[in-house]
Amino acid sequence: MKELVAIVMAAILVNNYVLSQFLGICPFLGVSKKLDQAAGMSVAVIFVMLLATAVTYPIQFFVLNPNGLGYLQTIVFILVIAALVQLVEIILKKYIPALHASLGVYLPLITTNCAVLGVCISNVDNYLTATGGFAGGFVQAMFNSLGSGLGFLLAMVLFSGVRSRVDKCKCPECFKGMPITLISAAIVSVSFMGFAGIVENLLG
Amino acid sequence: MEIGIAVAVVGVIGLLCAVMLSVASKFMAVEVDERIPMVRECLPGANCGACGFAGCDGYAAALVEDPDLAVNLCVPGGATAAASIGKVLGREAGDVAKQVAEVRCSGTCEATSVKMDYKGLESCAAAKLLFGGTGKCVYGCIGLGDCAQVCPVGAIHINGGLARVDTSVCIGCGLCAKTCPNHVIAIRPADAHMVVDCNSHQKGAGTRKSCSAGCIGCKLCEKNCHTGAITVTDNLASIDYAKCDGCGKCIEVCKAGCLVALNITKAEVVNG
Repeated sequence: MKELVAIVMAAILVNNYVLSQFLGICPFLGVSKKLDQAAGMSVAVIFVMLLATAVTYPIQFFVLNPNGLGYLQTIVFILVIAALVQLVEIILKKYIPALHASLGVYLPLITTNCAVLGVCISNVDNYLTATGGFAGGFVQAMFNSLGSGLGFLLAMVLFSGVRSRVDKCKCPECFKGMPITLISAAIVSVSFMGFAGIVENLLG
Repeated sequence: MEIGIAVAVVGVIGLLCAVMLSVASKFMAVEVDERIPMVRECLPGANCGACGFAGCDGYAAALVEDPDLAVNLCVPGGATAAASIGKVLGREAGDVAKQVAEVRCSGTCEATSVKMDYKGLESCAAAKLLFGGTGKCVYGCIGLGDCAQVCPVGAIHINGGLARVDTSVCIGCGLCAKTCPNHVIAIRPADAHMVVDCNSHQKGAGTRKSCSAGCIGCKLCEKNCHTGAITVTDNLASIDYAKCDGCGKCIEVCKAGCLVALNITKAEVVNG
């Protein structure tokens, strides 16, 4: 149990996909203007990450590895994730049209989102050989995806707050818009460096 | 052999995904109001935004959703578009007056001249930042063609240092009027009898100094107009197109030559 909590905490704070590993930057910069959209996008990412792990981990464990096809990981994962995102889009369009409209172009962006692919691959790399066979590794992988998704949510919500404050400030003309956004993103990500080592010392 | 397994594995996974997606799209298809694409077909697709919506798709969707929305907001499509939309939606079309852009300046190279040898960016907006533009008249057409660039149908050309609108091509979307940094361009009815081709609010002497074709605000046209269509405010004549009956009297009396006849009914007028 303690181990799982450590995995989630590490994924949120130490190995935050956006702010420490710099994956999934496009939605981070694109959708973080408004808090509600940022939260909606993050929920979609959490959902897709969990779903993608739930599908790709068994594929790696039961299909690719036994046949010695581990090298097909990237292409198969992209294929599966793309199909999943399409499915999520169809479902959202049908049942939650408001969220679908507000996510707009960003939901298809998850298709090629490196954060989602990155989570799947790091799960396979880190937890596939874990003790406890399939089930043990699978549970750890799912918790890691959950943590990564929550970390994405945290980064998005934090940054949309930062951005709304920055937008209200007077800033030099040449920094207006994207430049000041990138600078603020850099500073927020530097602040996350402070979490390095905190989980091992807290729970280790 | 090994590559066969690899191909088979990826192929089967792809096939499963495809089947899943096609089943999902069948069962969870969202019904789109079929009138939206039909209305969209009636619109010209210039996406100029003259209707006030974000492109033709936005206007089509709004038309279907809001039964009180006027069907004749599309300027480029004109009466034909309004009529066909009205047919699709079963509403009265109403009239669309065709409108065109008018560059309200007569400051050709002969009539006026430049006050500097501008070597900067080829853009009116940039030139405007430098002492109010290149020309002697700060109200007139700068002639670097910001309007020509933004025109979706290529109706504007720079001729003799002055932007000119080809009214047979112009769709009246008003993008040029929004772009012009001097607000020289205005949208007028296509069947206007005459126009004031000057935008200078300077006093008569000032206008004279910078341009030989500018309106000096002498009010002769205002006094001679029998319908009261012309009024001179801030040293510049302006026409109420609804009142003007095209008698052409004002053009006869105009000393400056800023009034231009387009469609004069009663008098034969040669504009000096």
